[in-house]
Amino acid sequence: MSLILLHPDDNVLVLSAPVRAGQVLTIDGRSVPADADVGVGHKLARRDLAVGDKVLKYGAPIGSITAPVAAGGHVHLHNMKSDYIASHTRRATGSEGQ
Amino acid sequence: MAQTLQGYSRADGRKGIRNVVAVAYLVECAHHVARAVVTKSDDPDVHLIGFPGCYPNAYALKVMQAVTTHPNVGGVLLISLGCESFNREQLRKTIEASGRPVETLVIQESGGTASTIAKGVEAVARLRAVAAQTPRAPMAISELVIGAICGGSDGTSGITANPAVGRAFDRLGAQGAACVFEETGELVGCEKIMADRALTPELGLELERSVHKAEAYYTVMGYGSFAPGNAEGGLTTQEEKSMGAYSKSGSAPIVGILKPGDQPPSGGLYLLDVVPDGEPRFGFPNISDNAEIVELIACGAHVTLFTTGRGSVVGSAISPVVKICANPETYRKLAGDMDVDAGRIMEGRGTLDEVGDEIHDLVLAVAGGARTVSEALGHQEFILTYKAFDPIGPACLPLRRTR
Repeated sequence: MSLILLHPDDNVLVLSAPVRAGQVLTIDGRSVPADADVGVGHKLARRDLAVGDKVLKYGAPIGSITAPVAAGGHVHLHNMKSDYIASHTRRATGSEGQ
Repeated sequence: MAQTLQGYSRADGRKGIRNVVAVAYLVECAHHVARAVVTKSDDPDVHLIGFPGCYPNAYALKVMQAVTTHPNVGGVLLISLGCESFNREQLRKTIEASGRPVETLVIQESGGTASTIAKGVEAVARLRAVAAQTPRAPMAISELVIGAICGGSDGTSGITANPAVGRAFDRLGAQGAACVFEETGELVGCEKIMADRALTPELGLELERSVHKAEAYYTVMGYGSFAPGNAEGGLTTQEEKSMGAYSKSGSAPIVGILKPGDQPPSGGLYLLDVVPDGEPRFGFPNISDNAEIVELIACGAHVTLFTTGRGSVVGSAISPVVKICANPETYRKLAGDMDVDAGRIMEGRGTLDEVGDEIHDLVLAVAGGARTVSEALGHQEFILTYKAFDPIGPACLPLRRTR
């Protein structure tokens, strides 16, 4: 199994091997499709998550959901945010595709 | 079983695991000359360090005093341009008082570049000869100071390498070593659970304060302690990165807070507070990982444990860096830069306890003289920038020196 549950309270799982979009995963006994190609160390939703839900990993809140995500969906910058300091990418300065 | 190492016994009573001659430039204008002296000396135990600024800074002086009198250092050559603000007399006196040989060359009074390089190479040879006379003495694990840092973290760091370092810290700390973890900016979100581990309630309050200070400071900077590679590796938020970084600290009680240049007064687990005090003045707390490694070394770290997911290749001047790779894919790409494959935990080829034991044993081997991978590759990075700190308060160090 390529999904790691770090704490029983968590609502996300960590990938220990990459998954491909559409690949069927078994999460808590349910079969759900991965919604994207996702790499090692990234997070997938353990259950359906709604806007405003706290994301729990290691049993601790690590941010909030900003767009709905279904079980098996990739949880990352596009659908969650920090409750402290905003994250940034390489495009923080200069222009895209430089 | 008490394991015994053979340390370099310094005149000030401290014991080192390396016998390095440091060549220190005291302003960027002296950097080229100092680098040329090190390059021409062609000796892996002659290290280049320095401070680039021309304006005075108490923090920079304190760190330079700490690293030039580090137990791994057996002699120092100071290279000054001549007109900079750095208090070279004070630095020289501190090194002399520690019993280490020190020489100073001032480029403006030594005939310029070529002449100073030639004199510097001769000075290094003299310093090497004196350092070679340093007596060896038995050294206990309880006399070691071990630092831990994470760099190039990703979603695997907090699952494999960081908790494995935590296991090693628990074992080393239980044997009396001082273990120092850091980056309060990467503990944002962990302040409450961390405070619960403090030896005293007053220390717990100081731990929380140090993280709140970091959060406020980074908010002014506009960016958290979070790099684009962190996100590419699956980390989404500062507090998620923090939870992973926090696991480096293991499970022992936290016995104190240090600031850069403070020496741990006893064994046990310490937090290094790297975020400046007061209004943000000089920019980011640490502009890159090596600035933090220098601060750990300024707190006496004989060895630094460096966990990485994305794949950092750096080492450091003065003290060896052990590279612990969290991500199995990164390990396959950069195996020649890594000491420990912690990513195997991710693939079910090892456990946290096994990798923790491997790190523990490697620390003792490195303390016994074995070269780390980055050390053998010649990595000797060193960065020191401007900062401002208030001294630590009495609540930060509830333990007094016990040895």
